[in-house]
Amino acid sequence: MFDWLLWFTRMENSKPLALVLFFGAFCGILIYVFTGKHRAKRLESYKYIPFDDDPPQSDSSRSGHRPQSRKVMDNE
Amino acid sequence: MAQSSAFPAEQYNFDIVRKFMIVAMIYGVIGMTVGVYIASELAWPFLNFDIPALTFGRLRPVHTSLVIFGFGGSALFATSYYIVQRTCQARLAFPWLAEFTFWGWTAGVALGVMTYMAGFSQGREYAEFEWPLDLAIAVVWVSYILVYVETIRRRSQPHIYVANWFFLSFLLAVALLHIFNNLAVPVSLTKSYSLFAGVQDAMTQWWYGHNAVGFFLTAAFLGMMYYFVPKQAGRPVYSYRLSIIHFWALIFLYMWAGGHHLHWTALPDWVSTLSATFSVLLLMPSWGGMINGIMTLSGAWDKLRSDPVMLFLITSLSFYGMSTFEGPLMSLKSVNALSHYTDWTIGHVHSGALGWVALVSFGSFYHLMPRLYETKLYSQTLIYVHFWLATIGIVLYITSMWVAGIGQGLMLRSFDDYGNLAYTFIETVEFMHTPYVWRALGGAFFVVGALVMAYNMVMTVRASRIERAALEAKLAAKLAQA
Repeated sequence: MFDWLLWFTRMENSKPLALVLFFGAFCGILIYVFTGKHRAKRLESYKYIPFDDDPPQSDSSRSGHRPQSRKVMDNE
Repeated sequence: MAQSSAFPAEQYNFDIVRKFMIVAMIYGVIGMTVGVYIASELAWPFLNFDIPALTFGRLRPVHTSLVIFGFGGSALFATSYYIVQRTCQARLAFPWLAEFTFWGWTAGVALGVMTYMAGFSQGREYAEFEWPLDLAIAVVWVSYILVYVETIRRRSQPHIYVANWFFLSFLLAVALLHIFNNLAVPVSLTKSYSLFAGVQDAMTQWWYGHNAVGFFLTAAFLGMMYYFVPKQAGRPVYSYRLSIIHFWALIFLYMWAGGHHLHWTALPDWVSTLSATFSVLLLMPSWGGMINGIMTLSGAWDKLRSDPVMLFLITSLSFYGMSTFEGPLMSLKSVNALSHYTDWTIGHVHSGALGWVALVSFGSFYHLMPRLYETKLYSQTLIYVHFWLATIGIVLYITSMWVAGIGQGLMLRSFDDYGNLAYTFIETVEFMHTPYVWRALGGAFFVVGALVMAYNMVMTVRASRIERAALEAKLAAKLAQA
């Protein structure tokens, strides 16, 4: 009943099958990543994550006046 | 997207990051110094002093373990714990377990190198620890995975930033590699025999060895790159979609490439060809990632003139590109016939290890220092001094190894008109003496650079303490007046 499983145990079958599966998965990722305008926009929006938890800038630094003693900000 | 309003130092656990960063620098300086010493031993063998513990055979794994696991590993612990907190906007999970990973990792590396000097070794390259230490390291590693994954699970940011993908793959792959490569039958507390034999043993070793390079020294440091390059540049990574493709292509391809370390051996020819093919394919994701990192500076190239930390990060990417071009080239069977068993391989490893791994770590540490200690770096000039010492050191190192290795390879396969070997082995050794001296000098430049950084680091921490003490005194005085 399960003799067909033996097909997978033969290296000349399982190796090309693995190749097709991996290559197919990779092509799928490529298609997923580079198609769809909205998806592209969403994916690209994630690149700002490292800047999301930057400390809020003080009023004085926003207006261009920096105090002499201050903490080092993450974006400098 | 989630936004955080608290100041990072209050919101996150930076103490563990500081600890790992300091230990990384200590292990780095010691490990690199040992490297210079053994490089000098090869040029001037009297430096062995006939003391077994100081011989090249024992000190070589001391050097590799200290720089890969002591310096590189601790740098990865530090930066991954920092990045996962900041990109997930969640405090590090299980602080006691994170503390355990610090003491476990630090003690494991220290004990390991002491056992090497005493003569205990499994004889497996980059995995020389004997079985009790292997078990201890496996426990530390599983703890690391628990801390990291649980922190990601607790994230307040819906998306997991790509740097964390690289770190997760590194955590998983290194666990698999470490466990399977170290399967052994212990015969005493200090001696074991590998579960594998013959060509399977060699294949297992290089499956481990190459993927240690791929996942420990590449994928994880790419995670570092994907966070610190954008942060230091003050602009997001060039293409997030390219980073996704970079990740999956790298992960798909790396696992298959280990066999190229065993060309022209008893390894079946198809395995050899398969690994060479995958090694050549690896060029594409590697260069895709390098371009993604370097192009992050697109439109802000002036930062290379004004920011020495950026210099470290971008130069590290350039070396990454160079060594990931050289790697596939050397994996070709015909090239490998010349390069293998010569110092070309040593030069290649160091262009990646010094040029990519060490420079990106130094750049990341320079970025971290002011943020972890809430003060300015002690000296910008010293960062430039460090950069040039390191760069000159790397160039001296790899060019001398190209000369030594390619020359050695050509001499070993030269024949005279009668079909006899044209050179004796000792003639190749004599030929390599001069490049060996230059290599030791290059290494010394690199170590001096690391010492300059350590000084800059100590002075920065000192300045931070003085500033904090002054602030506390001011506060106390104000409270006393009130």
